Amino acid sequence: MKIKSSFGDRVFDVLNITLMLIICFVTLYPVWYIIVYSFNEGKDAMLGGIYFWPRKFTLDNYRTVFSNSDITTAFMVTVARTVLTTTLHVFFTAMVAYAFMRKELMGRKIYMAMGTITLFFGGGLIPYFLLIKSLGLYNTFWVYVIPGMFNFYNLIIFQAFFRELPVELEESAKIDGANDFLIFARIILPLSTPVLATIALFVGVYNWNDYFMGVIFINNPKLQPIQTFLYKVIAQVTSNQMLANAPGGIATRNVTSQSLKMATMVITTMPIVCVYPFLQKYFVKGLLIGAIKG
Amino acid sequence: MESAISNGRHSGRQKSFMKFKKSFRKFLHRLNEQKYLQAMAIPGVIWMIIFCYIPMYGIIIAFKEYDITLGFNRSPWVGLANFQEFFSDERFWLIMKNTIGISFFKLLVGFPLPILFAVLLNELASVRFKRTVQTISYLPHFISWVVLGGILMNWLSETGLINIVLTKIGILKQPITFLAEPRYFWGIAVISEVWKELGWNAIIYLAAIAGIDPELYEAATVDGAGRFTKMFRITIPCISGTIAIMFILAVSGLMNSNFDQIFVLRNPLNADASDVIDIYVYRMGIEAFRFSYATAIGLFKSVIALILLFVANGVTKKLTEKSLF
Repeated sequence: MKIKSSFGDRVFDVLNITLMLIICFVTLYPVWYIIVYSFNEGKDAMLGGIYFWPRKFTLDNYRTVFSNSDITTAFMVTVARTVLTTTLHVFFTAMVAYAFMRKELMGRKIYMAMGTITLFFGGGLIPYFLLIKSLGLYNTFWVYVIPGMFNFYNLIIFQAFFRELPVELEESAKIDGANDFLIFARIILPLSTPVLATIALFVGVYNWNDYFMGVIFINNPKLQPIQTFLYKVIAQVTSNQMLANAPGGIATRNVTSQSLKMATMVITTMPIVCVYPFLQKYFVKGLLIGAIKG
Repeated sequence: MESAISNGRHSGRQKSFMKFKKSFRKFLHRLNEQKYLQAMAIPGVIWMIIFCYIPMYGIIIAFKEYDITLGFNRSPWVGLANFQEFFSDERFWLIMKNTIGISFFKLLVGFPLPILFAVLLNELASVRFKRTVQTISYLPHFISWVVLGGILMNWLSETGLINIVLTKIGILKQPITFLAEPRYFWGIAVISEVWKELGWNAIIYLAAIAGIDPELYEAATVDGAGRFTKMFRITIPCISGTIAIMFILAVSGLMNSNFDQIFVLRNPLNADASDVIDIYVYRMGIEAFRFSYATAIGLFKSVIALILLFVANGVTKKLTEKSLF
């Protein structure tokens, strides 16, 4: 039922749409800017005046970045870390969430209380750092994986979703003689795609974007994630070195530390930007469940 | 045990022993019945003990002078000395001011804007345009603080975009190296945080708005309510529960000024405005190896945060009858 809109309404609509367009521009422009800059010759870009389109298009920045073996290693570390940790996190946390939810589980109240406390209180950075060291995880790849396998907040989101699933399915499976693990793996998980995708996206993004673990727990450059590498590039520690090590000719011609930074930033961000539209339809659905029921 | 059986006086104890044995057997039986379930649950419990509860136990070093060679348990106790040192530290007030100041302005600006954005987004007639705006607005949430920090350093430098634009339109006469001056740091932190999280933080309000019964709007339209009346009398009151919960969470996070962001943007020149508690803990603990001192500072922060959580929860409960617990 559409009622004829008044003049005031139309003014509001125009203003609202304009505002939204401005928000979209302000959001996208910084991203666009680094892309444009990264495809422009570095020395030329230093002169300024590049806003919307590359003036002297080149792939030299990318060539220089990819010829650096540290960055390719860091990229692979990040891919491995993200894939492994995300997969383990999703299945492990979902499994524990399912078990913690079943009413007959002995010790359920204690388990849940233990988890709830972790939401509000923790040991803080230093005791955690000392723990990681004493577990022997310091300077190993596993520091990304094992401590990242579980999170109680995500457990709550899983439970909110599992509660909505029909109980009859579990019951009939039990009558057929399936054990609890089989029920979880064969019935609960396949029905939980939206929430699995949501949590996978959260955990995946966290792991992809995290640089801090690489700063405090990793000494070995072969194990640092790409964001830590980028952090060092931005903090000027590495970019000049990258320039010095670049294959002959290119670097001196037109690549600058600034244009290298831009190219590194684009490489760092692209995988997420590419994956996210595909997961979006899942996470909005999954997030709503968390928001309303959680 | 033998005398207990032969002596009549102890038959009570014997009975209770039998009872215990029976219930223990029952317990074992139940445990056996749910062995798969327990096998799924216990690894989670073990993970929590190791990665959450051992660090909590590790807090005791805040009251000790931690010595790596002696470990948690054998390091000597020093009572509250670490806390006293922090409170009399010349940077104590500066750090408190920065931590609370940055968070306060993030709350002041960053809390209402996503609500406003969600309400305005809801007023868009075209579903397609609404979706597009939404999708674009989430994007920065997925960009890391390192990348964003890189953009900001570039734009805010003396020859950066912001200076070029501001001098062109005549607001600035001389370019400013923004990140080298403490007085701009809070503003940069607040604006960049809002830019990054505006769309993302709006999701939850959009979800709440989507849950409002459309009949309410129809009834209001029939009664002759205009657009603004509907916005202020239906939309906002209907999402007030969500707003209250988000507010409690935001207030309890007042002691967190987003480590990732500030770690990237800070430098020695802006340290007087960018040293917040978390950064200080990092500097004292990881960089200077003063484990006990840093743990004490971290614990101080956790305690304040916990108090804030309870206060915010209590106040919100009184005012809106909505609360976390």
